[in-house]
Amino acid sequence: MREELFMAGLGGQGVNLAGQLIARAGMDIGLNVSWFPIYSPEVRGGYSTCTIVLTDGRVGSPTSEHPTSMILMDPTAVENFAAPLVRGGLMVVNSSLVPERPEGDFRVLMVPANDIAAEIGNERTVNMALIGAWAAGTGLMDVEDVAGSLRAMLPERHHRHMPDNENALKRGAEIGETARL
Amino acid sequence: MSQQRRKVFISGNEATAEGGIAGGCRHFFGYPITPQNKIPEYMAEELPKIGGVYLQAESEVAAINMVYGAASAGARVMTTSSSPGIALMQEGLSYCLGSELPCVLVNMVRGGPGLGNIGPAQSDYWLATRGCGHGDGRCITLTPYSVQELHDFTAGAFEIADRYRNPVMVLADAILASMMEPCELIPRRDLPAPDRPWAVGPHDPDQRERNIVNSLWVEFDVMEAVSQRLEERYRQAAEEITDWDEFGSDEPQVMICAYGISARICESAVMQANDELGIRTRLIRPKTVFPFPTEPIRSWAERVDAALVVELSMGQFVEDVRLAVEGRCPVDLLGRAGGNVPTVGDVVEKIREAALRAGVARV
Repeated sequence: MREELFMAGLGGQGVNLAGQLIARAGMDIGLNVSWFPIYSPEVRGGYSTCTIVLTDGRVGSPTSEHPTSMILMDPTAVENFAAPLVRGGLMVVNSSLVPERPEGDFRVLMVPANDIAAEIGNERTVNMALIGAWAAGTGLMDVEDVAGSLRAMLPERHHRHMPDNENALKRGAEIGETARL
Repeated sequence: MSQQRRKVFISGNEATAEGGIAGGCRHFFGYPITPQNKIPEYMAEELPKIGGVYLQAESEVAAINMVYGAASAGARVMTTSSSPGIALMQEGLSYCLGSELPCVLVNMVRGGPGLGNIGPAQSDYWLATRGCGHGDGRCITLTPYSVQELHDFTAGAFEIADRYRNPVMVLADAILASMMEPCELIPRRDLPAPDRPWAVGPHDPDQRERNIVNSLWVEFDVMEAVSQRLEERYRQAAEEITDWDEFGSDEPQVMICAYGISARICESAVMQANDELGIRTRLIRPKTVFPFPTEPIRSWAERVDAALVVELSMGQFVEDVRLAVEGRCPVDLLGRAGGNVPTVGDVVEKIREAALRAGVARV
């Protein structure tokens, strides 16, 4: 098994933290993993991408030419980075910002992540909704496992945000389940 | 009883810094430069907690001379930087070599020449293995290819530096610096002070003569003796610590030589070439490039039909490979520069081309 996940979005949307969480969760369930970022130097408002490899074999290259799945968080991501996705791959799109469903030879999960985060009342959970959808859509990990890894990654003082994050993960996973039907 | 290693998910920079601490480093001098700033940041946070010294110098020139001073006084000392910063350190590094001072440098190589950019590169291969300032001295150069190896090699570099009384450089790149992977950390422990009877410092004049650390040798014969001593140590190091790894087919038609991040990409390419193209391919990956693993490369060159070198430069490492191969098989180069990295597909295509030319693969 080898999953190459590519993520892209605006600085501040939590692209890299989300990518680190997926890789860390992969490590916690016994996979070999790598996380590799490319981002512009701005503190916020720049552009952020990362590549995560999850495999039960050798990681080898931490970069990916043809990702098997993508999480695209804003319209620029869909415009600029969607093309290399493998045929039949999974594209998780933040439909709050990308209203038009991308068409192609791949599965698409439209996740209104900003809306979900707004309903939860914590705008910083946008990335968690997308991770939840990706996890359920690929079937690679349970959102409970992801939440466990998040708790382990977060400093204690942020644990009060865990319920919101868990909520967003679950809401995303409900949408992700539909991709596996 | 040795403590268990703790498995963490950590960046290459952090793993390098923690490797330094595990290797006994308690003195760090540096000056900020991307893509390795997380190392001084980590050291600034951690060293004061364990009785160490972190100091941000006013420049790389100052940092390497602080390293010289600390090493002269017997401290396990380290500095880290990236290409233009390492270039600035060359004079001080040569003085460290001339004064036979153990110390550790890490170079997270970025695109160049000039100020270049902050992308990954391997274009400081000559700087590391041939440069090190003026004179006959050379840096023992280690080339990790994962976050785990960054940690382990940096920790091990201190013992190597002491064993050969010579600076050791850990040569990596911007991808290895910033990527995160699982890493099993060597437990921190208090190591005994390094055995350096030659170090300067307070002493009882009745017990011994004063020590002088110096690289100015006016007498030709004395200076030559220093160079001969260094050369003898490099010969000894070649016997004792030359290290490499191999991966892929046991009966290869094509040999790939690559180190560091390029070797990671080549691992994936070797799997594809073997499994999907049916071209039997083997990766030879140096973990040390000075001393260089000449023997395994020469030995495989006898048996393969073609060799391919992959590096993030226009062709530096390839020269050492050609010196090892000595014409036993053709050696192709896939070199990218300026922060660009070949894809696995690019490498597989070059393997196919090399195999075709050697007549060992069909179109």
